[in-house]
Amino acid sequence: MLEYIVRRLLFMIPLLLGITIITFVVVHLSPGGPADMLTGLSPKVSAEAKARLHSLYGLDKPLHVQYWLWLSRLVRFDFGRSFKDGRLVIIKILERLPATLLLNVLSLLLIFFIALPIGIISAVRQDSFFDKGMTVFVFLGFSVPAFWLALLLMVLFGVVLGWLPISGMHSVNFPYFSFWGKLWDIIKHLILPVFVSAFGGLAYLSRYSRTSMLEVLRQDYIRTARAKGLSEKKVIYRHALRNALIPIVTLLGLSLPALIGGGFIFETIFAWPGMGRLGYQAIMARDYPVIMGVGVIAALLTLLGNLIADITYAFIDPRIRYR
Amino acid sequence: MAMLGALIIFSLALVAVIAPLIAPFSPNHQDILHRLEPPSTKHPLGTDDLGRDLLSRVIYGTRISLLVGFVAIGIAIIIGSILGLLSGYFGGWLDTVIMRFVDIMLCFPTFFLILMVIAFLEPNIWTVMVVIGLTGWPGLTRLVRGECLSIRERGFVQAAKVLGLSNTRVMFVHLLPNVMAPILVTATLGIGGAILTESALSFLGLGVQPPTPSWGNILTAGKDYITVAWWLSLYPGLAILITVLAYNLLGEGLRDVLDPRMMLE
Repeated sequence: MLEYIVRRLLFMIPLLLGITIITFVVVHLSPGGPADMLTGLSPKVSAEAKARLHSLYGLDKPLHVQYWLWLSRLVRFDFGRSFKDGRLVIIKILERLPATLLLNVLSLLLIFFIALPIGIISAVRQDSFFDKGMTVFVFLGFSVPAFWLALLLMVLFGVVLGWLPISGMHSVNFPYFSFWGKLWDIIKHLILPVFVSAFGGLAYLSRYSRTSMLEVLRQDYIRTARAKGLSEKKVIYRHALRNALIPIVTLLGLSLPALIGGGFIFETIFAWPGMGRLGYQAIMARDYPVIMGVGVIAALLTLLGNLIADITYAFIDPRIRYR
Repeated sequence: MAMLGALIIFSLALVAVIAPLIAPFSPNHQDILHRLEPPSTKHPLGTDDLGRDLLSRVIYGTRISLLVGFVAIGIAIIIGSILGLLSGYFGGWLDTVIMRFVDIMLCFPTFFLILMVIAFLEPNIWTVMVVIGLTGWPGLTRLVRGECLSIRERGFVQAAKVLGLSNTRVMFVHLLPNVMAPILVTATLGIGGAILTESALSFLGLGVQPPTPSWGNILTAGKDYITVAWWLSLYPGLAILITVLAYNLLGEGLRDVLDPRMMLE
């Protein structure tokens, strides 16, 4: 088991390298650089001054040299400094990471604990009223533009009803709240972003767990379990569910890139102080080191998520033996 | 349900083609005296902040959104099918290289990559289509490769090879038609996804640029007025929802018909 984890961790290295190379090339081959962004608004800046800025940022060296320099700093966890405010990139990201993790972990939990029961009940009572209703919900979930949903919910709950805050993570007077007051304040700020970012995944996973469960329910061992005279409850929860869970866990791992990618838009809409919004702002300002940093961390989170999904396999499927 | 999806798609395509005939106004005709008017008989969906007729803009937006969906997915399908065929048919080091590249692309938060490329290039309808297409192929490659792996061992492929047909001919004439079913399903579902991505990009100001009306940028322009003019945000969003829904219904329907594993049910 340990050997398997180590092997998987080693396998992540070439993947990460590939991702950083693609990001690096895209970032650096694009027309217009940070020097233009800093000075572009002023036509008075001489070419010489721009060249000085370029060499200050190390942008005058050949691309592969720049990449090598960046990589050799990366292995020491040195992501460089932001072009915009000169602060260390790693600090900027670490400040934002907890908010993003909070949002994504809660969304994943919500997806898992709501979608799974929906899928199971739909499969067990195939073609019932519930199943049909949920199919409609699933198709809407696939098709609704999430930012539009966010907008409508913000207007409904934030403006019309005034129940929930619509942006940020804290209220203005947050520091003066008691502990429970603070907790409640964060929860209120979390409701809309978590719901919106989970919505698409919710539809996807409930559909998938329905399919997976239907497939398992047709297997011979389910018929055997029923023929033995086991109660329906036991058949479904002990025999069917465990087997249906296996592909679902993988899917949950695979939905991570979408969740993290979605963060770029949801965090921007809700002014959530997370990594996605930092990445979006960095892209708009051509802050290369921050873009690269956010890209690496996002890819790392995705790879770790997949690893956790694979390891969880071993616990729910005794047939899988890691060598 | 699949028929309903097909019907909606057909109607949308028709609307896109005859847009100039059915739109009550020109999409960019400004009437500054009648700005932000709620839906009425003259303007069934109301007017925007420049007094432009929202219905006409949404009708013309159909053209852009469908175009983006089709071209983007067309690019993704071409790349995805060819790489999948090469990988599945030849195997060996080519397969390894292509599949590792697919692995890399699949653990990329794709939206981040799209955002980055479009922000750096000039955002316009062409870059949006090309970039969505260039990032949309890895899932399909994996699918086509999987199908090819089993088909290439079948008798008719072996026979074609024994007859001395070139590899290209075997791949495109004998293998490709047999993997068309999953490609068709992926394409149909993918068009919906591409329309959603374009609208999300527009929402961040990086999609199709105004004054060309796309549902995404109509919605984005409307969001600033959402508390005084809800119709500007509601209707373009509904148009996106209905279109994507139609493609999803059709795609799922096609899957039920074309996927042999599903037919056993």
